[in-house]
Amino acid sequence: MIKNFGICIAILLLGFWVWDASYAQPLTVHQLIENAYEYDNQTVIFQGEAIGEIMVRGDFAWVNLHDGEKALGIWMPKEMVKEIHYLGSYKAKGDILEVAGIFHRRCLEHGADMDIHAQAIRKIQAGYAINETADPNKRKITLILVGVLCLTLILQILKKK
Amino acid sequence: MLLKPQGKDLKIIGYYLGKIFIGIGLFMLLPIFTCILFKEINPLFDFASGMCVTLILGLLLNLLCKTDDEPNWMHGLIVVSLSWLGASLLGAIPLYLSGHWQSYLDAVFDAMSGFATTGLALVQDLDHLSFGHNLWRHLIMFLGGQGIIVFALSFLVRGFAGAFKMYVGEAREERVLPNVIGTARFIWILSIVYLIFGTLILGGVAILEGMKPARAFFHSACIFMAAFDTGGFSPQSQNILYYHSFPFEIVTIVFMILGALNFKLHYALWTGNRREIRRNIESVTFFITLMITFFIVARGLVKSHTYPTYFALFRKGFYQLISAHTGTGFMNIYAAQFIKEWATLALLGIVMAMSLGGSSCSTTGGIKILRIGIVGKAFLQDIKKIILPESTVTQEKFHHIKDVILEDKQVRAALLILVSYLGLYFLGALIGCALGYPFLEALFESTSAAANVGLSCGITRVSMPGVLKLTYIFQMWIGRLEFMSIFTLLGFLVAWIKGRR
Repeated sequence: MIKNFGICIAILLLGFWVWDASYAQPLTVHQLIENAYEYDNQTVIFQGEAIGEIMVRGDFAWVNLHDGEKALGIWMPKEMVKEIHYLGSYKAKGDILEVAGIFHRRCLEHGADMDIHAQAIRKIQAGYAINETADPNKRKITLILVGVLCLTLILQILKKK
Repeated sequence: MLLKPQGKDLKIIGYYLGKIFIGIGLFMLLPIFTCILFKEINPLFDFASGMCVTLILGLLLNLLCKTDDEPNWMHGLIVVSLSWLGASLLGAIPLYLSGHWQSYLDAVFDAMSGFATTGLALVQDLDHLSFGHNLWRHLIMFLGGQGIIVFALSFLVRGFAGAFKMYVGEAREERVLPNVIGTARFIWILSIVYLIFGTLILGGVAILEGMKPARAFFHSACIFMAAFDTGGFSPQSQNILYYHSFPFEIVTIVFMILGALNFKLHYALWTGNRREIRRNIESVTFFITLMITFFIVARGLVKSHTYPTYFALFRKGFYQLISAHTGTGFMNIYAAQFIKEWATLALLGIVMAMSLGGSSCSTTGGIKILRIGIVGKAFLQDIKKIILPESTVTQEKFHHIKDVILEDKQVRAALLILVSYLGLYFLGALIGCALGYPFLEALFESTSAAANVGLSCGITRVSMPGVLKLTYIFQMWIGRLEFMSIFTLLGFLVAWIKGRR
């Protein structure tokens, strides 16, 4: 009896561990779309680079996170966005955030958008501004081409005369 | 007997092609100014290089092919087909140099998609693309939507006898004004006025929805160009889903519909003839086909319980439908959701809407609703002939700016293009199937490319086979120009090889 009870407890613990592990792993947008029915209204972990801008709407805000392949909208309380300092663009690498929240396959609050309502966010890696330096090869090629263009223009003028 | 083209023919084609390339080169000044404004150094070099190559080629063609001869129909149509191909090859240079496209073929794919106002994209890491490159992606849509030749006729070429031949070659049979140069200029003035107002309205909505003013207006200008020119590119990888905004979506619906209307109808509305919108065969057919396809899509979505409320069904189902029917290609769902969540019936409704397109003499692609209307009228006329006594003479009329009597030659022309488009859609689907894609998905993507729509169910991606990329490039090119120019070019090449001196 005690042995059977022990096995049951062990199976339950193992099941819980597997369940917990599957949700503790950050999911990708691809995985969420492929298994949307399974994850619908479940707490999931999602990780990605904050991109574009923070769009504040009342006491909440939209932040789009890019997982490296696709981006997903995260709906979060306004206080949470204070964590975010860099948003991905041409001139910046955005903060990498980990979000725990409820995934919606078709969010009723947001016109059936696929989204995550964040419950907690954590900055995994801080973003940074990208200091752009001129690529010497690009500069060289441009200068050569400008030279050729000038020669062509001179030819054109000479022919007209 | 086929006659081999002469050097004179090549000179005429080369001369006008050169002028158009110069125009495209000068057009690159706009992203160059943007790069200077936003202090983007390397993109500035990309555009300077692209502009130099384009201008050098244009100037050399002008220099080597200088001629005073006027182009005939053949020359006009070949100039059109080559200028669209050349524009895509040259317009792809700054894109490829940015490093955001994995290969030059991918950059050409996106450039053709832009010029042909399709909207299918192979760009990588779009969210980190420079303002300059992003603006260029949308500008080529604006240029392609109005027409490369229309642009050249408006700003670069003084009136000449061959102007109309080139104008027609760009899939525009109708003139808004009696003069073709006047028509071209009207199209541009109208588009620029709409661009200014559209950007202000969308920018206002974007600011209210939490975007910062500079980015809001930049995005709005880009989105307006993509909506009015029924293109479908967007500055962010999530497309319209990025904004999470119903008001933003509503405004884009209005601009997509405006883009799908005939420029002649715009002219009628501008000159106070508001009744025209209720009487015109195109607006009436558009309304009917929109309702029929919406019924199909809605039935499919309700049956599969894809969306829980009617509001959600409208926001997603109707938006995707209007995006398909106007040939825009804006998406407020993920591409994979079409296949994973939408019922086959709903997908078929979208494919039907994509295949039909918008008005003739507009920025849309596809069969065009004027042709659908004409074929529908001819069908009704034939039924009437069967029902009525044999001695009765029936005459069918339709209203398109003025009352027009339906003639057999109009029906024949409409049917010819309709059958050609259907053939093109199935050709692409066949190639897709041969490469291992399921039929419905292959048909969806092929119709989207050939009708210059831009909706994707997930096939269009960097990893798709090169053959399919080339197929879609060809479909976008031939679909935008409505066959004749491309067939003339092919005929010219055959004559070049097989013709006699």
